Amino acid sequence: MEALAPTTRLEHGPNLRQRLAAKGFDAVTLLVVPAAIFSLLLFVYPFAFGFILSFEPKNGGWLANYQRFFSDSYLYDTIANTLWLSIPVTLLNLLLAVPISFRVRLMRRQRLLTTILVLPITLGTVLVAEGLLNYLGPQGWFNRTLMTFGLIDQPLRLVHNYWGVFASLLITGFPFTFLLTLSYVTGIDPALEQAAATLGASAWQRFLHIYLPLLMPGFAITFCLSFVQAFSVFPSAVLLGEPAGSTRVISIAAYQAAFEEYDYSMASAVAMIMGFVQLGIVVLVLASRGLFYRGPASGAKG
Amino acid sequence: MTIALSQFNEVRLDRVSREFGALNALRDVSLTIQRREFIALLGPSGCGKSTTLNCIAGLLPVTGGAIWLDKNRIDTLRPEERGFGMVFQNYALFPHLNVRQNIGFGLKMRGVPKAEINRKVNEALSLVRLQGQENKLPGQLSGGQQQRVAIARAIVIEPPLVLMDEPLSNLDAKLRLEMRAEIRRIHNELGATTIYVTHDQDEALSLADRIVVLRDGVVRQVGTPKELYEAPAHLDVADFMGFRNKLKGTVVSVEGGRALLDVEGSRISGVARETLSVGSTAYAAIRPDDLVLGEAGGNALKVKVDTIEYRGREFVGTAHSEGGLDFVFRSHQPVDIGSTIHLRADDERVLVFAEPIKGRA
Repeated sequence: MEALAPTTRLEHGPNLRQRLAAKGFDAVTLLVVPAAIFSLLLFVYPFAFGFILSFEPKNGGWLANYQRFFSDSYLYDTIANTLWLSIPVTLLNLLLAVPISFRVRLMRRQRLLTTILVLPITLGTVLVAEGLLNYLGPQGWFNRTLMTFGLIDQPLRLVHNYWGVFASLLITGFPFTFLLTLSYVTGIDPALEQAAATLGASAWQRFLHIYLPLLMPGFAITFCLSFVQAFSVFPSAVLLGEPAGSTRVISIAAYQAAFEEYDYSMASAVAMIMGFVQLGIVVLVLASRGLFYRGPASGAKG
Repeated sequence: MTIALSQFNEVRLDRVSREFGALNALRDVSLTIQRREFIALLGPSGCGKSTTLNCIAGLLPVTGGAIWLDKNRIDTLRPEERGFGMVFQNYALFPHLNVRQNIGFGLKMRGVPKAEINRKVNEALSLVRLQGQENKLPGQLSGGQQQRVAIARAIVIEPPLVLMDEPLSNLDAKLRLEMRAEIRRIHNELGATTIYVTHDQDEALSLADRIVVLRDGVVRQVGTPKELYEAPAHLDVADFMGFRNKLKGTVVSVEGGRALLDVEGSRISGVARETLSVGSTAYAAIRPDDLVLGEAGGNALKVKVDTIEYRGREFVGTAHSEGGLDFVFRSHQPVDIGSTIHLRADDERVLVFAEPIKGRA
């Protein structure tokens, strides 16, 4: 081919455009610009702004906000409070999503059931919180039913405490966890399970030796995404929990710093701490994926 | 050789049926497989051959009939209780386990001691000639190697029956021929009993001791490769066995196992393979090899040549008659495209079949 090309071309070599195209940059690459601007303006800039702002406290040295946060138990306890809510909720959601996904995978009317299960996403946290206040409250159906049947004498305290927020997070978080889990479960070639069955593996052995190892990386991602959602809990912690006590989550601390103390610098510091805690957990979970097989989950090259 | 397959006398399918909703995927399939036999289930896609295999393996429940292993009824057992080795079309190797773990999986599930697993896996590895690959993941193997792992994994559990579902269809032509010979070698070395599903009649003819031709969920013919090749019982079996020319005509006379057909005004005589009545529609089936250039007259038809291909030792041509019948023929000399020729067949080589009943036979 080169021998046929014009000699001028040979002398100069490929021009800049051709060299860029060879590296994957061409006019199409420009299409990334709107998205880049979008994320720059709405994510990178506010993040950088908040990061810098957190080091410019109202008074004291540049680390004063962080020093204050980690010396005041009313503030640093919010980390534990939030983790104590978000990690069990995320784990329980995942634990529920797995068997349900395994069942739904085999169903013919998968779409209908999926739609029903996904509906809570569209409701929004506030509606769910209001609903739960009525349903689980001392005069709600739940307690009244239990009392009618004589199972309890006093109404159970299910709202304005830890369990109210827990229930709300479970309901609003489940659809998301379920959808992700379902997609991972259905992504595994059913022939693998059949092969394991013909080789003598019982249903439990098939789950343990075939599905689980192949699903672990997917579960890790699902855990991270669901966890981040649960960690930033705010409306339900206020509406269904005890925002001054056990469900005083970190976002409440940030809110109070910003809109009750009007200390944006402190609020930014809290937000940064929140971000780093999330990041820490996510990195930890994703790093553990390395312990598992992460290639394609099908039986052959195809 | 310590891989010793479980001994039994026969596997018997007794009027096995399988319905998918309103559809009958299998209807009253009865078949007896003797120990050490190599049986091929042959048929076009959707004929029920894979369904039959899955029913035997236990991956699909039967909706009627029974499957027996000697005196034990097995169609009610779960697949893990049947212990048949199965080779899947896409191999279904466990992607997260290496070759050794894949092959040893069935033994591990049975709680076989580690040392024995190792010994048997080594033996299976040498049987399928994969020594040195045992620590690779399936994704690092070629298609042919994956195929060998799949076979080793199925036989190492010493199953009474080895089931293979189109195991060669994902391989390229050269490898397919190699693996075909390998599968037969392994079958012979182990003294295995194999049921092999394929849609490729060459594979079935070269591998099997007996071939079962299925169509629309019904067994159409069972026989040795020679029987099927030389004496197909129905038109669709003939079609599968390479009778590519099917000339529609009307029965003029039937006498002493011979039938005379009127095909577009010409007389074609052949061996009657089914009961024929005078005046009914019938088909004369002829292999391309048996259709040769000739003169007008008995057992000859006038056709116009459409294409002609050079195939080394001979030419293969297609042609059509005035009435619109299509022909495939072989010729030792080139023929001009568009020219009019006469094709004739020896009446011993023409098989005459009744018109197939529309829909389900």
